[in-house]
Amino acid sequence: MRVLVCVKRVPFTGGKMVLAPDSMALETRHLGFTISPHEECGVEAAVRLVEVNTGESVVLTLGPPEAIEQLRDAMALGIDRAIHLQTESAEWDPEATAAAIVDAIGADEAASGPFDLIFFGNESADSGGYQVGLLVARALGRPAVTGLKGVKVEGGSVRCEQEADGGRDVYVVPMPAVLTVKEGLNLPRYPSVPGRMRAGRKPVATSAPTQAPARLEMVRLVVPPGQGRRAEVLGSGASAAPAVVEMMRKIGVA
Amino acid sequence: MLLVLVEQTGGVASDPSLQTLTLARSFGEPIHALVIGSAVDLSHHGVAVTHVAVHDELDSFAPDAWAAILGQLADRLGAGAVFAAGTDRGNDVMARVAARMRLPLATNCIAVAPGPPVTLTRQRWGGSLLEEARLHSARALITVAPHSVPIEPARAETRVERFTPQLKEQELVVHVAEHVSTKGGGVSLAEAKVVVSGGRGVGSKEGFAIIEDLAGLLGAAVGCSRVVTSAGWRPHTDQVGQTGTKIAPELYIACGISGATQHMAGCKAAKRILAINSDAEAPIMLNADYAVVGDLKEIVPAISAELRKRK
Repeated sequence: MRVLVCVKRVPFTGGKMVLAPDSMALETRHLGFTISPHEECGVEAAVRLVEVNTGESVVLTLGPPEAIEQLRDAMALGIDRAIHLQTESAEWDPEATAAAIVDAIGADEAASGPFDLIFFGNESADSGGYQVGLLVARALGRPAVTGLKGVKVEGGSVRCEQEADGGRDVYVVPMPAVLTVKEGLNLPRYPSVPGRMRAGRKPVATSAPTQAPARLEMVRLVVPPGQGRRAEVLGSGASAAPAVVEMMRKIGVA
Repeated sequence: MLLVLVEQTGGVASDPSLQTLTLARSFGEPIHALVIGSAVDLSHHGVAVTHVAVHDELDSFAPDAWAAILGQLADRLGAGAVFAAGTDRGNDVMARVAARMRLPLATNCIAVAPGPPVTLTRQRWGGSLLEEARLHSARALITVAPHSVPIEPARAETRVERFTPQLKEQELVVHVAEHVSTKGGGVSLAEAKVVVSGGRGVGSKEGFAIIEDLAGLLGAAVGCSRVVTSAGWRPHTDQVGQTGTKIAPELYIACGISGATQHMAGCKAAKRILAINSDAEAPIMLNADYAVVGDLKEIVPAISAELRKRK
């Protein structure tokens, strides 16, 4: 089976949001980068499916030249090869992103045959648009299920589980299909040293898509008010316990 | 004219949908609402017309069918904007509407003003950062971030219109085939009045015994940070955060949690936060109401002992 997983490079934000001087991006000079968390589980799911069913797994990202790091990370976990849609501008709105991904999938499928499953994260950690996977699915004319915490291939179909109302909603859809997943789908493995070595030799196809004009146009970023309040210190060490219980009584929880 | 998708359970509109109606009214009127399945009384929420879509195949949720109905109705009414709550279902259905109608969608907005272009503020990073944006579209598609806008009731003479939508077979392919209940014992994290959470500072899987003990005494749910689930100390269902569960308890007790933005996005709706941390300068101190500085392995058992003493 052929499985594609689409990932996004995002910064580790740590404890505080600090904006770049132009307020159009986070200040990332002192931050590391990672694959957006939901998508790490998509990578793990793709690797496991190909381990069990044989075939090929591919990772795709649309991002700056540095996003090669995230493609190598995915390949270190077992993905076979990568597609890098290299961008110059930092912001691509959801429609432009989806259009470029649809073109890239079309080209790859024309050469290597259809993907049985295409994974996306339910939403990216940074821009949180909740839509690229669904826009791509519609353009490809494939069924899509979102927010998955369970994925199981059963013959020509895939059984999908979504958390809902104190339980799980189950969908069964025919393949090929597009699935958006959430963290908790699985516990992603750590890369092994041989895995890292192999990742450096796996193929990466790089191209530079044309950016469609943004219809959702970012004007500026703003750090929300509310940060910077100062906690009332109830004490230090075990001797603070009576003051803590007093506070709990006062607010009616103890 | 604005069209708002209203989600419901057994004839009662969800809070995020009522919040969406409030924000939509600030954008323009009249408001038409779409409910799918059974009718909902929206006369206290400023709705001029409630459209009730009734169809044999709609007993279980089918997102493509919902998107088809919303799109057809928006076209028939000539809606200038379509709103839904930024819930899992709301965002899913609206993204499908955007895809079908080839329109741009702005998700998880907290403020919107009519255009052209429509100007809006939306959440990024689970609400830890805001984006001001312009939406260039003759018909704006907007979802509203849950719990970011208070519900403001408004009386209206609401007309109710039932209709049967035309659905194609392929719009019913994706549907809920089955609901599996996973409700176990204990207090649900999302609904708990008190949550006691542990982070990296707890040190190990076994270290959670003192967290569980305190939670038991308070009738609280146990939570944790992302570091803890990544280490395999607790299941992902216990994770509080942007990619875990979003909670809104009366009191949130964060033990050994530094307060990364990923975590705070999940607990910012807590009424009060007590931080127990060895680092008085940890970021969580800037978001907490109360703090105890020191070793959680001494402090947490001391609080439990104090509670037992006073019982």
